[in-house]
Amino acid sequence: MAALNIQKGASSHSAYDLRDPNAEIIESHTLAVLVDNEAGVLARVIGLFSGRGYNIDSLTVAEVDHLGHRSRITIVTRGTPAVIEQIKAQLGRIVPVHEVHDLTVEGPSVERELGLFKVSGKNEKRVEALRIAEIFRASVVDSTLESFVFEITGSPEKLDAFADLMRPLGLADQARTGVAALTRGT
Amino acid sequence: MSREMTGARMVIEALRDQGVDTVFGYPGGAVLPIYDEIFQQNDIKHILVRHEQGAVHMAEGYARSTGKPGVVLVTSGPGATNAVTGLTDALMDSIPLVVLTGQVPTFLIGTDGFQEADTVGITRPCTKHNWLVKETDELAATIHKAFHIATSGRPGPVLIDIPKDVQFATGEYVGPKQIETPSYQPVKKGDLATITRLVELMETARRPILYTGGGVINSGTGASQLLRELADAAGFPVTSTLMGLGAYPASGRNWIGMLGMHGLYEANMAMHDCDLMIAVGARFDDRITGRVADFSPGSVKAQIDIDPSSINKVIRVDLPIVGDVGHVLEDLLKVWKSRGRKTNAEAVRAWWTQIEQWKARNCLAYRNSDQVIKPQYALQRLQELTAGRNPYIATEVGQHQMWAAQFLHFEDPNHWMTSGGLGTMGYGLPASIGAQVAHPDALVINVAGEASWLMNMQEMGTAVQFRAPVKQFILNNERLGMVRQWQQLLHGERYSQSWSESLPDFVKLAEAFGCKGRTVSDPAELDDAIREMIEYDGPFILDVLVERHENCFPMIPSGKPHNEMLLGEASTDGAITGAGGALV
Repeated sequence: MAALNIQKGASSHSAYDLRDPNAEIIESHTLAVLVDNEAGVLARVIGLFSGRGYNIDSLTVAEVDHLGHRSRITIVTRGTPAVIEQIKAQLGRIVPVHEVHDLTVEGPSVERELGLFKVSGKNEKRVEALRIAEIFRASVVDSTLESFVFEITGSPEKLDAFADLMRPLGLADQARTGVAALTRGT
Repeated sequence: MSREMTGARMVIEALRDQGVDTVFGYPGGAVLPIYDEIFQQNDIKHILVRHEQGAVHMAEGYARSTGKPGVVLVTSGPGATNAVTGLTDALMDSIPLVVLTGQVPTFLIGTDGFQEADTVGITRPCTKHNWLVKETDELAATIHKAFHIATSGRPGPVLIDIPKDVQFATGEYVGPKQIETPSYQPVKKGDLATITRLVELMETARRPILYTGGGVINSGTGASQLLRELADAAGFPVTSTLMGLGAYPASGRNWIGMLGMHGLYEANMAMHDCDLMIAVGARFDDRITGRVADFSPGSVKAQIDIDPSSINKVIRVDLPIVGDVGHVLEDLLKVWKSRGRKTNAEAVRAWWTQIEQWKARNCLAYRNSDQVIKPQYALQRLQELTAGRNPYIATEVGQHQMWAAQFLHFEDPNHWMTSGGLGTMGYGLPASIGAQVAHPDALVINVAGEASWLMNMQEMGTAVQFRAPVKQFILNNERLGMVRQWQQLLHGERYSQSWSESLPDFVKLAEAFGCKGRTVSDPAELDDAIREMIEYDGPFILDVLVERHENCFPMIPSGKPHNEMLLGEASTDGAITGAGGALV
């Protein structure tokens, strides 16, 4: 039936998805899920991922519309293109889910994460930590004679790099929020 | 207009406003206020079950045989956990249910109170949606919302957990018309451009096939009518999944039988060799596809489904149409007719010639016996002796279920109740009671295996109490037949734990329950036994002692493609067809 000229590998959105359906490439996607902020909604989303064997690399959630009781869940996940499509369709099936956006395919987006890093050290190491923090535009939010807590905002990669540099300088503890993301432009 | 009343009364009021006539349930501490309200009214009939799993399966039988949602009422803790199997079953088979569970009072939640369980937590993955209602003011709206969600889009079970203090407290009742679900808006109409593309494919297809499933049944009887119209007007062959039997009549000229693991040879071969596959409300289950990589390699695939997550889940389709089967088929027919009702008639005729050759393999043939009742023969006799009565058929799970699907003829939708997705042994007896309660004057038969049947046999008490004259047609091979078959074929004939000893005397069991039973083992007496079962005024257990080691064929072993079926020795080419091996 080649004459019918239908593209193989259609998706639920388009009959003409040009991606190779058999590709086994693992892609990382950032999904924004707008939900009613009702009891158990996060458990529904997380339960979907664990129950169907999908990955969660990062997850953040907070109410973004207090009047409308809407929350925004940002999930960074990994999978083959087919699995990513299935994750989006399954998320869309959850009753309190209003919208599912795949920021990775919907155009350029801004992704930011906030991290707090506690670095303990003396003498040169302490000075060096402060110097690197300046380069990374991290700010000192707590200080003792033997430690700093740095606050830093940026892409997950930037936070990883900062942690790598701080490790030999006495990185004692860290807390990270996970990714929050928005599309660029209007 | 809103009215002030207790939460317990609200439940009854809301059920009445939703047109509910029957509730399947079991009382307990946390639902006593609701049971008190049930006592004080006569609009809603309550069927007292013997186990909460039975209540859910009865509600499923009721729902499948009527197209209306089934309603269940059980207590907290064990009442709710016992309902879990039925909820999962209904979720897998897209059966609309509204399950109400009692809960400990709100101030006890989280304290490990008596008969407390995290019901919404436990049932979250096995419901379409669920709620814990903490304010009486929200109860009525939640119940109306629950009915809307259970019955619209892809149907499924929903659960409402109601703490006891919420049942006692008063609040404002709201009617069903005031309900909105902004985040839940299932798509009904399919994309017209894609539908038109499908019509273009239909016009030129050389080897088309309609692969239909439970979605056609769920879409309502109108969808089945449209499917019949389309198939008959276009002359395309129709196959169906287990769940879709009856959507297209078995007597229809385009019917080529069920497909899948124990589907018919001609249906599976046609699926494998087709060039246009139109999936209608079917979801490419692993029992259907066999080895995915070799599934129907040469076809363009179109899929009509109301659930976007069913599309491209297992098999990549070329033409996805998200929408309600009934609406999409209506548009499809309209477009196809407006373009002149064209098909590639000559090629389709050749396709039918090929299908007829496959049919000639006679894949359901088996060697009959005059010494012992063959299960296939028993079903053929049941079919013959119930023809014209349009019975409702339920089944348990196993070989008997597949034989029933192969040998019984389904002419109408909503007459076939079987656990397809979950494969729940113990489903059939309560499901048959649910169907009988919905259709008191109809002939309702549960085709069962003895092992499955024992799993929920306590529900015979329900059948007797509520005078539901269900017919239990037990194909008794004293084995877990399907397990035994797999052990024979795939596990070196090591029959680990697959036979039952100490089976009850089913005739005495029937008497103990207060109904009637009969055992039959002689093929010559079978017809008489079936007639007695049908004509008996009340529940009846017919214990049919059948050949113990019969295998169910055709069979696609797991991981094999459609064109590598195992056929029974009676149907293969060059089979022994000599004297003594009477082929039926």
